[in-house]
Amino acid sequence: MEHGLILAGMLFCIGLAGVIVRRNIIFTLLSIEIMLNASGLAFVVAGSRWGQADGQIIFIFILAMAAAEVSVGLALLLQLYHKFKTLDSDTASRMRG
Amino acid sequence: MNEVYYISATIALISTLMVITRLNAIHALLYFIVSLFSVAIIFFILGAPFAAALEVIIYAGAIMVLFVFVIMMLNLGPEAIEQERQLFRPEVWIGPGVLSFVLFLEFIYVIRNYGRHLSGVAVIGPKQVGIVLFGPYLLGVELASLLLLVGLVGAYHLGRRRRSSGLRKGEKQ
Repeated sequence: MEHGLILAGMLFCIGLAGVIVRRNIIFTLLSIEIMLNASGLAFVVAGSRWGQADGQIIFIFILAMAAAEVSVGLALLLQLYHKFKTLDSDTASRMRG
Repeated sequence: MNEVYYISATIALISTLMVITRLNAIHALLYFIVSLFSVAIIFFILGAPFAAALEVIIYAGAIMVLFVFVIMMLNLGPEAIEQERQLFRPEVWIGPGVLSFVLFLEFIYVIRNYGRHLSGVAVIGPKQVGIVLFGPYLLGVELASLLLLVGLVGAYHLGRRRRSSGLRKGEKQ
């Protein structure tokens, strides 16, 4: 039980470090997926500990949310690439104010 | 069953660390798929076989295929062929291959000893999950379907190629 939560925390921290360190937008999206997966792991571990199905249901919701998020994120990535011809997310850091 | 858990956890940590340190996006995707497989085995050990199946089918099957499509759309031309050629070199696939092979051995071990080792943990099968999902959580299912619809429409709107000259779609020159 505790070991599962520790593993989920470590995976989440790795994903967070990836979001902070990497500037390529593909790797940013992948790190967000890592973090979502780690939170789903924490829910399933907790559901298994209590012997209830609720943890797996929240995992299914996280899965649906990840699918919607990644489709919109990849469409944004394509727009960024067509506009700036690069995948560096720092090129889009300025607002047109 | 503890050894299997610790081996899977180690593989998950190693492959996830490799994901955020790779330079090539395809290599990172390979390692991330290995990480998802190891998490699926952990789900299976924890008595959640339905979540394990969904992890493999939807995460490793559908979402990663989206990533592969987009990465393959981005680099067309001769450098893409060079990249394909690089994918056949052993140092690219030997890392994920070894990790997946260890996972495969674990998978066979878990399947063969399914009844004996899971005695401490209550298995929550797809039937119980479905009963609770379409009972108390019915509103959540509806909201998730709405979210998926919004994601579909949003991705279509964002992914449409804009005309540079401002002409309508059906007009000529």
